[in-house]
Amino acid sequence: MTDVAVVGFSQAPHERRTSGTTNGVEMLVPIFREVFAATGLSKRDIGFWCSGSSDYLAGRAFSFISAIDALGAVPPITESHVEADAAWALYEAYLKIRTGEADTALVYGFGKSSAGDLRRILALQLDPYLVAPLWPDSVSIAGLQARLGIEAGLWSERDMAQVAMRSRRDAADNPAAQLAKSADVDELLAQPYLADPLRVHDCAPITDGAAVVVLANADRACNIVENPAWITGFEHRVDSGQLGGRDLTTSPSTSAAAKAAGADGVEVAELHAPFTHQELLLRAAIGLSDSVRINPSGGALAGNPMFAAGLTRIGEAATQIMRGTARKTLGHATSGPALQQNLICVMEGRA
Amino acid sequence: MVSVVEPLSAPLELSFAYTRSLGPTLGPFMTALAERRILGVRGSDGRVHVPPAEYDPVTAEPLTEFVEVADEGVVVSWTWLPAPLEGQPLQHPFGWALIRLDGADTCLLHAVDVAVPVDLCTGMRVRARWAPERTGHIRDIVCFEPADTPRAPVEPAAAVPPVAIVTTRVDLHFEHTASAQESSYLLGLQDGRLLAQRCPQCSKVYLPPRGACPSCGVPTEEQVELPDRGTVTTFCIVNVAFLGQHITPPYVGAYVLLHGADIAFLHLILGCAADEVRMGMRVEAVWRPRAEWGPALQNIDHFRPTGEPDAPYDTYAEHL
Repeated sequence: MTDVAVVGFSQAPHERRTSGTTNGVEMLVPIFREVFAATGLSKRDIGFWCSGSSDYLAGRAFSFISAIDALGAVPPITESHVEADAAWALYEAYLKIRTGEADTALVYGFGKSSAGDLRRILALQLDPYLVAPLWPDSVSIAGLQARLGIEAGLWSERDMAQVAMRSRRDAADNPAAQLAKSADVDELLAQPYLADPLRVHDCAPITDGAAVVVLANADRACNIVENPAWITGFEHRVDSGQLGGRDLTTSPSTSAAAKAAGADGVEVAELHAPFTHQELLLRAAIGLSDSVRINPSGGALAGNPMFAAGLTRIGEAATQIMRGTARKTLGHATSGPALQQNLICVMEGRA
Repeated sequence: MVSVVEPLSAPLELSFAYTRSLGPTLGPFMTALAERRILGVRGSDGRVHVPPAEYDPVTAEPLTEFVEVADEGVVVSWTWLPAPLEGQPLQHPFGWALIRLDGADTCLLHAVDVAVPVDLCTGMRVRARWAPERTGHIRDIVCFEPADTPRAPVEPAAAVPPVAIVTTRVDLHFEHTASAQESSYLLGLQDGRLLAQRCPQCSKVYLPPRGACPSCGVPTEEQVELPDRGTVTTFCIVNVAFLGQHITPPYVGAYVLLHGADIAFLHLILGCAADEVRMGMRVEAVWRPRAEWGPALQNIDHFRPTGEPDAPYDTYAEHL
C-alpha cells in the first residue's frame, strides 16, 4: 500500500459569529482557493472529496449537501461525508488513498456554531434514553470531569489556568485565532466560576470556522510540496457510551490510539482539548513528556470551530513538518462528551 | 453588480418529539421508575451498572441480571450551573452530579437541588425526588436532594404495566442566515422583482441565486433581473391529500424555467385543468395582492398558462 502525506492546509479565521450561511460556503470558497494556490492543484486534480459537519449545528437535514456548491462538482466528483469532526473524514480519505482508490484527496470541515445554542445542541449527542432528556450541557459535563481530576490530585485549577494562559499567548502568532493574549494565572484564578470548577478561560470559545487538508499518495506528494508530512500512524478508538461507567480521569481510547499510531518521539503535539483539564488529561494518556511542544497554534482554547477543530489540529501539526520546524508531530481530534472518541494522526518529515 | 446587502436572517424553530422503543433492558428500568424503584444490571465483572447497560462495556455480552438499588447514594463529582438552560430538570440554579446509588458501582448523572454551591460537595448523600405523576421516563426522577431532607409521605407505588416506549421532546432554536446572494433575491421579491445572478465563469444564471455556482465553485456576482414568465420543464399531478395541504387535489406542482434562467424552480400551476399541463407549456406568474408581499417567493401565488405555443423540447431539454 502506498504511503500518504499531508501536502496542504488552510483554515478560515475563527470568529465568534460570522454573517455567512450554515452551508459553510462563504468560509469554504476562500480556503479552497488558498489551498489550491499553495499546492498548485486544481479541483480536477482531486481524486476524492470528504467532509465533516453536522445537521444539528445547522438545524437542517442534509445541510452538508449545500456545501458542495463550494466545490464546483462538475464534472461529477467522488464525494463522501461524515457526521463528525472532519478529522474522521480525513481518516476515510487516508484509507481511500492507502487502498489505491485515489491519488489525492481534499478533506474539509466546517461549522457555524453560532447559529444555535451550542451547549444545548451538544446534549443531543448523549444517550437518548437516560441522559439527553435531562439536557446536561457540554460545559457542565466537562466540569464534572474536571472536578474528578482535581479531587484525585491529577491536576489543579492553577494547572488549568496555566494551560489557558499558554494557549492564548501562543495564539498571538496564529492569524486565524479567535482569542489571543491572556491575563496572568493569578488574575485568571480570581475570575468567577462558569461551571465550578471551570472558569471562562477553561472553556474553548464558541467559534464559526472551517478548515481544509489535502492528502496525496507517494507518487504525487513530492511533486506538490518540498516537505510532505508523511502519515506514519493514524488510529482512532472509542470509550463506552456509559458516561457514568467510565473513569473520566483517564482516556483509554486516547492511550490505545496513541500506542497503535506510534506517538513516541513526537516533538510537537496539537491536542484537541476544548477544556483546559482535557489537555492535561490527554498529555498523560498519550504519555507526552514535558519536552514536547503542546499546541503552538493556541489549540482549541483559542478557537474551536465545531467539526473542523480536530482537522485543524492535524493541519497545524502537518504544517510544522512542511515548514521544516519539526521532524515528527502528532495531531489529535476528539468527539463526544468528556473525550469519548479520540483520533491520533502521527506525521513525519523525510527531509 | 450586486449592491452589498446585510444578509437576511430569521429565527428557525425546530421542535419534535422523539419516540423510542425500549427493549429488554431499558424497558424494565423505565417501568421500575414509574413504580419509584431503580434497577441496575450486573456486568460480567460483577459490577452493578446504574443506569443499566444493555451490553457489557468490556465483553459486549447482553446483560440480563437485574439488581434493585436504593434511591439514595453518594455524590462522586459535581458542578454548579448558575443559569439553567431550557429543558433542564430545574429552572433555578442547581448542581449537576454523578451519583453512585447504594448498591451500584457506576454513576447516574442527574440534577441536585440545593440553594447554593457550598451546600454541595463530593461524598454528600443525596436521594431521588420522585415526580408525583410518573410515566416510565428518566424524568420520573425530578432531581436529587440532600438525603437528610424530610421524605414527603407518599402512597406506596402500585405496579404498572410494562413501559415499552419513551417519548422525549426536543426544542432547538437557531438563527438561520441567508447568503448575500439569497438576501438580494429575497429583498427583490419584496418589490416584485425576480433577481437572479450569473456565474462569472460559466455564465449560467441562477434563480434563486446561490452562495457559489455549483458547477464552478465560485461566488456569483452579476445580478440579472428576469421576467415573471417561463416554461414548464417537468411536473407532477398531486392526487394525494395530506396534513396541512392548502389546495384541494388534483393540482400540479411543476418546475418552471423563467426566460433567461438556467435553473428551474418548483411552483404551482393553476388556471387550467390539471391534465392540461404539459412539458413545454408557457406560463406566467400570478402575484398575490401587493399588500401581502414579503421577502419570499410566496409573493407569486401560482403560475398560469399564457396560451402561447409550447416551447420546443430542445429549448429546455438541458434543464431536465
